[in-house]
Amino acid sequence: MTAAVLFENVSRHFGAVKAVDAVDLEIAAGEFFAMLGPSGSGKTTCLRLMAGFEQPTGGHIEIFGETAEGVPPYRRSVNTVFQDYALFPHLSILDNVAYGLMVKGVGKDERRKAAEDALAMVKLPGYGQRRPGQLSGGQRQRVALARALVNKPKVLLLDEPLGALDLKLREQMQEELKSLQKSLGITFVFVTHDQGEALSMADRIAVFNDGKIQQLGTPEDIYKRPQTRFVADFVGSSNVLSSAICARLGVPAKAASLRPEAIAIGTSWAEQLSLPGTVTARSFLGATNRVSVDCNGEKIIVASPAAMPVPEIGADVQLAFSRNDLHLMEEA
Amino acid sequence: MSALATPAAIMPNRPGLTGRISDFLWKHPHVLLVILLGPPVLWLGIIYLGSLFALLLQSFFSIDDFSGLISYEFTLSTYKQLLSDANFDIIVRTITMAAVVTIFSALIAFPIAYYAARYAKGKWKAVFYLGIMLPLWSSYLVKIYAWKLILAKEGILTWAFTKLHLLWLLDGWLSLPIIGGNSLSVSYTGTFLVFVYVWMPFMILPIQAALERVPGNLIEASSDLGGTPQQTFRHVLFPLALPGIVAGSIFTFSLTLGDYIIPQIVGSSRLFIGQAVYAQQGTAGNIPLAAAFTVVPIVIMGLYLWMAKRMGAFDAL
Repeated sequence: MTAAVLFENVSRHFGAVKAVDAVDLEIAAGEFFAMLGPSGSGKTTCLRLMAGFEQPTGGHIEIFGETAEGVPPYRRSVNTVFQDYALFPHLSILDNVAYGLMVKGVGKDERRKAAEDALAMVKLPGYGQRRPGQLSGGQRQRVALARALVNKPKVLLLDEPLGALDLKLREQMQEELKSLQKSLGITFVFVTHDQGEALSMADRIAVFNDGKIQQLGTPEDIYKRPQTRFVADFVGSSNVLSSAICARLGVPAKAASLRPEAIAIGTSWAEQLSLPGTVTARSFLGATNRVSVDCNGEKIIVASPAAMPVPEIGADVQLAFSRNDLHLMEEA
Repeated sequence: MSALATPAAIMPNRPGLTGRISDFLWKHPHVLLVILLGPPVLWLGIIYLGSLFALLLQSFFSIDDFSGLISYEFTLSTYKQLLSDANFDIIVRTITMAAVVTIFSALIAFPIAYYAARYAKGKWKAVFYLGIMLPLWSSYLVKIYAWKLILAKEGILTWAFTKLHLLWLLDGWLSLPIIGGNSLSVSYTGTFLVFVYVWMPFMILPIQAALERVPGNLIEASSDLGGTPQQTFRHVLFPLALPGIVAGSIFTFSLTLGDYIIPQIVGSSRLFIGQAVYAQQGTAGNIPLAAAFTVVPIVIMGLYLWMAKRMGAFDAL
């Protein structure tokens, strides 16, 4: 089966800045794919390379088996939901949504009908006569989505589309996007710096840093088995244990990651590993308590369930965890 | 405690008159508004608009042909005189010139403004502003006389056409009726060129300001949705730049309608509205007719703005 998007050794350098550097990537058709990373990591440039706003300085890009370099954006069956929506301020909502069909020469009645259907799909029926300035951020986000989807793109690109929404709306839109993607079967490529968003929505995630893909895998892979210190730290702030601590635990490794919620304080069974330490800080986060423990000069974060008693600062404690939760890493 | 003592929660009044004035104006913001706005509104209302209406009022008086005195009785006879063939010709000539100058200014200004708004950064932006503004800093008369020399039969343009073996082209153009003449400096073509040159900054700057406000991602969004560059220009860029183009055209159009120096120095001897006003109020002493002539640009600009609004030129504002 041909890949929806294929990157072979793709680079995009701006002078000395390597925004994207020798990236290999294969996104399957119908997949919900997330590109996760901090700002400046190259994820947005990758998206712009797919859309055609940027041209690669090296490498080869294919979209559904066809060469994409040198092809302008308006000849790609790829549509984008922009970060700040980029709705046309001088057009009504209906004309905004119908824009893609209008420039392709679809008749007035037909495109209006399609635009109204698309607005109904994003739960904004009857909003067609308003102007973008009259809508809230969440509504504009839906219009931007309808404007892209009405063209029935082969690939839908979403550039941090939920970034400007408040938490409640964001969670609701996450679910809606996910179910929309399932029902339409369109390949979604989603750029975000929010690891929770990527984990909850994507089929697969590529974690970017410094223009390169650090790790590519399913959300579970990325979360439980980070391959590098960067991934361990960026995705859910794992503890990274040094080789010295690994040696004390009897596990020979250069480094190992351990999730804060996999650690229990004070209880230890025979089959578990344990580490002694001193509590240095604690804070209440609602569902959990975040406890910082100093083990021989290394800080280990524990996410302790709120129902459990929290030791005082300065108390000596035992940290217990299962060997299975300790994920060994190739690099230090 | 040291000199930097913890401040009180509510600090005492600042001493002196300025402190009391500050407190008073803070409590009565409308007084501040009246102080700031009063003088300019009075200036605009009485001296500026007042004198304009006084002038317009004159157009409803008439001149006694026999004695040359103004009779202060309400009459429309001056307007009848305004619409006589000779005077109506002047109006049509001026409006046509203003329209053509405006259209060509917009055509030339748009690419320059587009480059300046989209691509020019840092140093190049400064070069752009200097290039646009520099001609405005030199005397208007010097520029027009310079153009008279450039356009003269012995001038650099004729010389350049001769050297390029294109003199036949220039001669062919000058032999055309109406727009031609003995040389460029005594033809409507010459008048047109100087008008376009002199008013160009007034067209470029508003368009540049309008284009600067168009977010770059709207251009990308249009392209992303399948819009070719022409379609993007027609459906996104042009409508959003239109308020700027209209603003610029108000300048070029009204400045051309009112100017009396350029057509006097460069062009044929036929009059434009500005020259007619100048001649009527000066040598002829016919203030009512001069006033009636000044009503024409005001009415035309009013109609122009009304039409522009109806065509949706200000929708993007």
